[in-house]
Amino acid sequence: MITLTHYLVLSAILFSIALVGVLRRKNLLMLFFATEIALNAINIAFAAISKYYGDLTGQMFAFFVIAIAASEVAVGLGLLIIWYKRRGTIDLDSLQTMHG
Amino acid sequence: MEKYVLIALFAPLVGSLFAGAYAMKPKRLITGIVTSALLFVSFISSLILLFYLLKTEEVVRVKLFDWITTGSLTIPFGFVADQVSVIMMVTVTLVSTLVHVYSIGYMEHDKGFNRFFSYLSAFVFSMLVLVMSDNFAGLFIGWEGVGLCSWLLIGFWYYKKDEPRDVNPSISPSWAANEAFIMNRIADLGMLIGLFIIYWHIGSLDYKIVFAHVNLLDIAVITMMGVFLFIGAMGKSAQFPLHTWLADAMEGPTPVSALIHAATMVTAGVYLVVRSFPIYSQIPNIGFYIAALGAFVAVFAASMALVNTDLKRIIAYSTLSQLGYMFVAAGLGAYWVALFHLMTHAFFKALLFLGAGNVMHAMNDELNIFKMGGLYKVMRWTAIFMIIASLALSGIYPFAGFFSKDKILEVAFDSQHYILWFMLWVGAGMTAFYSFRLIMLVFFGEERYKKYGFHPHEAHWYMLAAMAPLALLAIVAGFFEEPFEEFVTQLLPEYHVHIHGILAVALIGLTTLMALSGIGLAVYKYSHGGFSPKWKETFIYKLLYNQYYIPVLYEKLFIEPYKELSKIAWKELDLRIVDATVDFIAGIIYKSGFAGRVVQSGNLSKMLRWMVIGLLILLVLVIVYSPVR
Amino acid sequence: MFEVVAFYLFAALTIVMFVITVTSKNALYAMSSLAAGMIFISAFFFLLDADFLGVVQIIVYSGAVMALYAFAMMFMDTTKEVKENNPPKKIVFFLSGMIALLLVLILLTPIISDKVKALYPMSDEIGNTEAVGIVLFTKYLVPFEVAAIMLLVAMIAGIILASKRMDESITLKIDQEIEQKGAE
Repeated sequence: MITLTHYLVLSAILFSIALVGVLRRKNLLMLFFATEIALNAINIAFAAISKYYGDLTGQMFAFFVIAIAASEVAVGLGLLIIWYKRRGTIDLDSLQTMHG
Repeated sequence: MEKYVLIALFAPLVGSLFAGAYAMKPKRLITGIVTSALLFVSFISSLILLFYLLKTEEVVRVKLFDWITTGSLTIPFGFVADQVSVIMMVTVTLVSTLVHVYSIGYMEHDKGFNRFFSYLSAFVFSMLVLVMSDNFAGLFIGWEGVGLCSWLLIGFWYYKKDEPRDVNPSISPSWAANEAFIMNRIADLGMLIGLFIIYWHIGSLDYKIVFAHVNLLDIAVITMMGVFLFIGAMGKSAQFPLHTWLADAMEGPTPVSALIHAATMVTAGVYLVVRSFPIYSQIPNIGFYIAALGAFVAVFAASMALVNTDLKRIIAYSTLSQLGYMFVAAGLGAYWVALFHLMTHAFFKALLFLGAGNVMHAMNDELNIFKMGGLYKVMRWTAIFMIIASLALSGIYPFAGFFSKDKILEVAFDSQHYILWFMLWVGAGMTAFYSFRLIMLVFFGEERYKKYGFHPHEAHWYMLAAMAPLALLAIVAGFFEEPFEEFVTQLLPEYHVHIHGILAVALIGLTTLMALSGIGLAVYKYSHGGFSPKWKETFIYKLLYNQYYIPVLYEKLFIEPYKELSKIAWKELDLRIVDATVDFIAGIIYKSGFAGRVVQSGNLSKMLRWMVIGLLILLVLVIVYSPVR
Repeated sequence: MFEVVAFYLFAALTIVMFVITVTSKNALYAMSSLAAGMIFISAFFFLLDADFLGVVQIIVYSGAVMALYAFAMMFMDTTKEVKENNPPKKIVFFLSGMIALLLVLILLTPIISDKVKALYPMSDEIGNTEAVGIVLFTKYLVPFEVAAIMLLVAMIAGIILASKRMDESITLKIDQEIEQKGAE
């Protein structure tokens, strides 16, 4: 029998994978991918909780998360393209003009 | 009737704010007119309240809102128009309306014209808060408010430079303003302690509650209350030893001297004692002390006025002396007499000051009366007004001062304090002498001003018109003695003088004789060339002229040690300990910031790593602190 | 039984796909595996009776978002591999592993479920899509509209940012001027 805990653990594992991506990759595009994974991991948790408590609120949150993810992609990619046009690279280490 | 209370109270505030809006602008006549008009509105409202109270004997109370409510402490913004406060309201608003109108002319060439009216109206508002409040907290707000406005107005010409004390005894306007402010702070501390004692023992500051419960307290506690409240009154009413500020306060514009430092603010101390009569009537010993101090100041201040050459300082000493008279009456339990003298004094002293203002204007702000003389020819109306005021001040029948001052002497005699009576009697003679010395030196005799190249001229007609009602009141106010007594004794305790017949007539005669002989001496001496120059060499003259050396003594005794102490505190305590500690803490933070700056590499990857480390720590905390199930 | 099989199958698939995404050196591979992972995730939504959410997941992620990424990659030279100066693996794996461990530990503890009350209980009488519609357009109407506006703003921002002239933008010029001044 699959319980809520199964889903939540899966969600946690996926989130950790995303974390690895965020921490390890220096390619900005990869960072975006990793954030998408993280958001989806949370969506699974929301949907699972929604189901196991019989409450639609979780699904509602999942919808808004999707909306936010979509906006983030639109704006983020726009900025990424500008950056690429200016510097010819999407390496994270090139984004280092402000340092103490 | 409530609305009249509020109109009377807030019209001056509106005026002040209106004039204040133009504070930085060049002179606008409208500010003077609007503030005067609003004060007139306030005066009319006060009169309506007075007639209402006369007719119905019903006290009007207004509670605006709760100001402070914490725990058991509740202080409302409440105002009351009872017999005492309504008398004060009418006096204050009447004098201030006239002074406002007068000031339009007096300040016409001053660059701070708008600012002046803003301050002056703010003062009237504070004074009204002081007299109308129905609790000690509100009274204290007004008390501090008038202190602030007094500071602003004494130092109105703040840009004048300091001068040595032998050139100008009050050094400079800003110095005088600070002196007044600091002395009043010292006294206000006493008053505040008095209020604390009241609150501690009674649990309320409301007049009604305090006065209803005060007689249940221990006599020692009541004595403490009385003493500390009187310390506050001593500061505001410039009683010895806190008297030096009043003479120095003459550095302010003359209308200010007329309104604040003669007619209204300085009488606040008397008002406080009168208002707190249930406290003082429990402690006749303190009352006697107040009376004794008042009598002392009456003679002490009058003696300084005898020899002074400064037009305004003479009148200032005279104010001090008259305040002493009021305290004698209040201290001996004749509260209504004190209030009556307060009212009549407000009229004739304001008149005297405004007259002095005219003279100063005519003489280009020259104050030395030995440089004047013979001004009667050019300033007839001013001269007449000032003679009326001086006659009233000297207590000559039928002028206002006769009724009130004579009553005080009668009270002193009647309560068998013959020494006090004798002092006041001597004081009356001195008052008459210095008043007419001033009149003679300024308006009659040789025209000395021609030597100094002055071209005096009479003041504007509306300035004289503003003085006329005061002159009228200085003549007739005394005849209202009986209705006044009947009216205020509805609230204040009655005081009947038991002297009748021959003795009373003899006393009145004796006092009048003393005053007349003072006048006669002054007129005779100064129409025959004054005293010989040798007189100036005597020790007594020097002692009196230098105000008994009290300002110098204060400087040596308090100011200089304090200065030394401040220097030690600055150089040793502040620089070495406080500053060093603060610098040390700042140094630590600065250095740690410098060392920690490396963390801010600007690299997103590294920042993310820090963020994840933070997340990890938070998760550990979640597990550690999660509730045990 | 079907549910168990499906769950483990899709869980394994998703994890594999996402691991490929975060480890692949080629952006194109990464994107393809991400798209596949998204579709597998929608399978969980169907398993969880959230049909509408699953459909939205496929349409929005596999359809719109992935298309956006694809277009974005056309702007860049994706065949050229970004040389990555990767941080030490030990730290990364330690951090991620610890967080995964802790999260799992937290999640494994039983949740006191009787304290949770359903605000919008699901009912069997109406379908999921209908139920979602009712809740979304009553209780969550305002957030829904705000989200719509946010999407519009994001769309406009995306268009403006990616438009041709942006490589000589005002912000850029100021940036350069500042750099020049700093050099002087």
